[in-house]
Amino acid sequence: MDFGGLHRLFTDFLPAGWEWIAFAVAGFLLSFAVINVMIGLTAVYTWFERRALGRFQTRLGPNRWGPFGLFQPLADVLKLITKEDVIPAVADKIAFTLAPIVLLVPGFLVVAVLPVGAESFLGELNVGILFVIGVTGVSTLAIFMGAWGSRNKYAMFGALRAVAMLISYEVPMALALTGVVITAGSLALLDIVTEQAVPFALVQPLGFIIFVTAALAEMNRTPFDLVEGESELAGGYITEFSGMKFGIFQLAEFMAPIVMSALATVLFLAGTKGWAPVPGLVWFALKAFLVLFFLLWVRATWPRLRIDQVMAFAWKGLLPLALLNMFMVALQVQLLQDPTTGELTSGDLWRMAAFNWPLAIGSIVVAANVLGQRRISRRPAAPSPLANMTAEGD
Amino acid sequence: MTRALDGEEVARRINEAHPGAASEWEGGDVWVEPEALPAVAAFLKETPDLDFAFLVSISAVDYVEYFELVYHLLSMRLNRNVTIKTRCYGRDEPSVPSVVGVWRGAELQEREVWDLMGVKFEGHPNMKRILLWEDFPGHPLRKDFLRSAH
Amino acid sequence: MTIQTEPITINLGPQHPSTHGVFRIRVTFDGEVVIDVEPVFGYLHRGTEKLAEERTYTQIVTLTDRLDYTSSMTNNLAYVRTVEKLGSIPVPERAMYMRVIASELQRIASHLVSTGFFLQELGVFVTLLMYCFRERERVLDLFEMLCGARVTVSYMRPGGVFQDAPEDFWPALDTFVRDMPGYIDDLEGLISDNEIVLARTRDIGVLTPELAIDSSASGPVLRGSSVQWDLRKAASYEVYDRVAFDVPIGSSGDSYDRYIVRIQEMRQSISIIQQCIDQIEPGPVRTEGPFFVRPPAGDAYSSVEAPRGELGFYIVSDGGISPYRCKIRSPSYINLTSLKDLVVGWKLADLVVIFGSVDVNMGEVDR
Repeated sequence: MDFGGLHRLFTDFLPAGWEWIAFAVAGFLLSFAVINVMIGLTAVYTWFERRALGRFQTRLGPNRWGPFGLFQPLADVLKLITKEDVIPAVADKIAFTLAPIVLLVPGFLVVAVLPVGAESFLGELNVGILFVIGVTGVSTLAIFMGAWGSRNKYAMFGALRAVAMLISYEVPMALALTGVVITAGSLALLDIVTEQAVPFALVQPLGFIIFVTAALAEMNRTPFDLVEGESELAGGYITEFSGMKFGIFQLAEFMAPIVMSALATVLFLAGTKGWAPVPGLVWFALKAFLVLFFLLWVRATWPRLRIDQVMAFAWKGLLPLALLNMFMVALQVQLLQDPTTGELTSGDLWRMAAFNWPLAIGSIVVAANVLGQRRISRRPAAPSPLANMTAEGD
Repeated sequence: MTRALDGEEVARRINEAHPGAASEWEGGDVWVEPEALPAVAAFLKETPDLDFAFLVSISAVDYVEYFELVYHLLSMRLNRNVTIKTRCYGRDEPSVPSVVGVWRGAELQEREVWDLMGVKFEGHPNMKRILLWEDFPGHPLRKDFLRSAH
Repeated sequence: MTIQTEPITINLGPQHPSTHGVFRIRVTFDGEVVIDVEPVFGYLHRGTEKLAEERTYTQIVTLTDRLDYTSSMTNNLAYVRTVEKLGSIPVPERAMYMRVIASELQRIASHLVSTGFFLQELGVFVTLLMYCFRERERVLDLFEMLCGARVTVSYMRPGGVFQDAPEDFWPALDTFVRDMPGYIDDLEGLISDNEIVLARTRDIGVLTPELAIDSSASGPVLRGSSVQWDLRKAASYEVYDRVAFDVPIGSSGDSYDRYIVRIQEMRQSISIIQQCIDQIEPGPVRTEGPFFVRPPAGDAYSSVEAPRGELGFYIVSDGGISPYRCKIRSPSYINLTSLKDLVVGWKLADLVVIFGSVDVNMGEVDR
């Protein structure tokens, strides 16, 4: 049931001239559904992340509220709602108040166009990918608004790093997506799902890896979470926010992995395709969960990079790989596609996979060595002549 | 095993290079005149067969008529140590030349002696209190510093 | 057209997740590069040296626990050795072995704390910190068997240790010594060759050997700069001359070397404990003496190799039941002398990593 369907349903009930009511009601119901589902999922995800991180760290995670700590998100929300919402006197009130909202909304917008089930909530959008890339860029603006509005040196540090990093990682992400678009032959997300007779993660592994890495950076998650590195800036751009504004920031931060996992599933893991009789929605959820767990695993295990290393990695590492991926995919599609209809059979896709896997492994190994980051971890140590413990003192 | 050098031997060598600098000696300790302190320190550090390049610790003791500063030195290359002491008479504004130019390790230790004992070091680049705040009245480790409750 | 820039000064601390306690640094940045640091401390100053002048020699042992609160055993050891040197008090052999076992266990616990927090500052969230603390719990359980306390132990007395180990201490110690090398291998496997850790710590905050010696650095900071100086070998005390162990050094004095030196020291500590277990004989653990220890008038300085460096006590006695002056030479305080040279020229993220690799403990810095 998507927006178009709701609209038609309500229009049938109304006399002529009052269709705008149907539009409004359908729109309201749709927004209500999307927002509540997403917030509910995010709340469950916060619980899952905290417990899973706890298990990674040989501790239990939240276990006080409810069985297995299931009511912990509820406790968090209650706490945040009842906290005083402090706005610094020198803050820029408009930017300060709007920043959390601007960070939260793009997540809902992206989810509204993702094809879960037969159609997406918003119906068929024929420029889906373009819309998604444009909307996810807005979060950069939100971070900068939050920091600027706070008038805080720490926050500005965090925001400047964030903006530099986010802009740098948009480029490889977009290029990785062009590989998908070329193979699917359409910008529409639903078409991309239908075209995946073989999941694109298998057909273009390099594109998948680049997309996931760039997505980690776009979400400010480890190893790219220097924006809010607690051990460095004590909060970064979030420093001055308290109460529900902080709550909305946290909500947006935890919603981002869900949205990105869903996006990765649609684009690379064949969305809702799977074997009957299990419904497509369940397959979608399962695949998104796998990507989500991987993101969480990375967060628990790896340390974070410094800003100049992050930038070097984006421009000198991911960008050339993404360009290589795009050219190779374009070449393969041009050679393999049916000359008249431009379609690719699943056999063609398997041939592309067979070529792309060695390409991916080879190019990553070459890039790792060429970037010159081979640091010898154990260097032989010679004792300095300045000290001699065994001298007998005479 | 680290050997403590004989005080008399060290005093003799100091007086050869800087006559009159070492005034008394006993066991492993040598007492040095305060004005000669930087010269003696440089001598002890730079002479190849003494080579006291490592300043272990600077301590200050309040013997009511005078303050005594104790410098423990170590030679890592030769595995020897020696103790140099110097006396500073007077309780208002006592001061001693600083040895920061010889051993950088003296920097924070001399600030602590000033902070807690009240002995100033001339020539120190940053003679400010370090453990207590700037407006603290008095120098706590002195024997006449009154404590609040008995 | 040149862009006009201005350096900005921000204040890190005293409450900050990564300043190892209450430590404040005023840092001046030009963009993200550090151009000046001014450390401000004294937030934990409790006047230990002044308090010591009013406590009896035995009571001061409890004050020394609280200096470097993550390595209480070695604090105790440094103090009681100085009192014994001042008063010529003999120590039975079994007590010396117990002291060495306790000191080496404490070294492992302290290095686990510093490694855990160092890795946490690199950004691993708290995963590796939790693993290190899990192993530290085993050491603290052993301490609880020995003396009833986990952190502020007060185990040693002038003349020995205050009680012998109970019967179930020795099997627990055997289990610990057997399991620990495998655990350190796990930790090294996760961290020591990790690309991101190397990128964040290799060649960051280099301390040359000449500057290290001139700044009176000691402990892993000194040994990371390839100066092989360890008081346990250079001026052997207790029974360290009867056990065989290596002194690991780093090759270039960067943050990674200081971290690796600590990991390798943990391995050496396990070897020392194993040799002590094999060599220890039954016997008394404390020299009986008068209730009030009264060393004759005079002064003495004695130091030990604490996990953070050379911890020394200079005690002046006037023949009474309290010392006339008790001066503490604390390694963390003196290691901070070279902080400015280590940090200037690097970025904010590196400042945190370098400071974590120098591993100071505010209880010791401020006393």
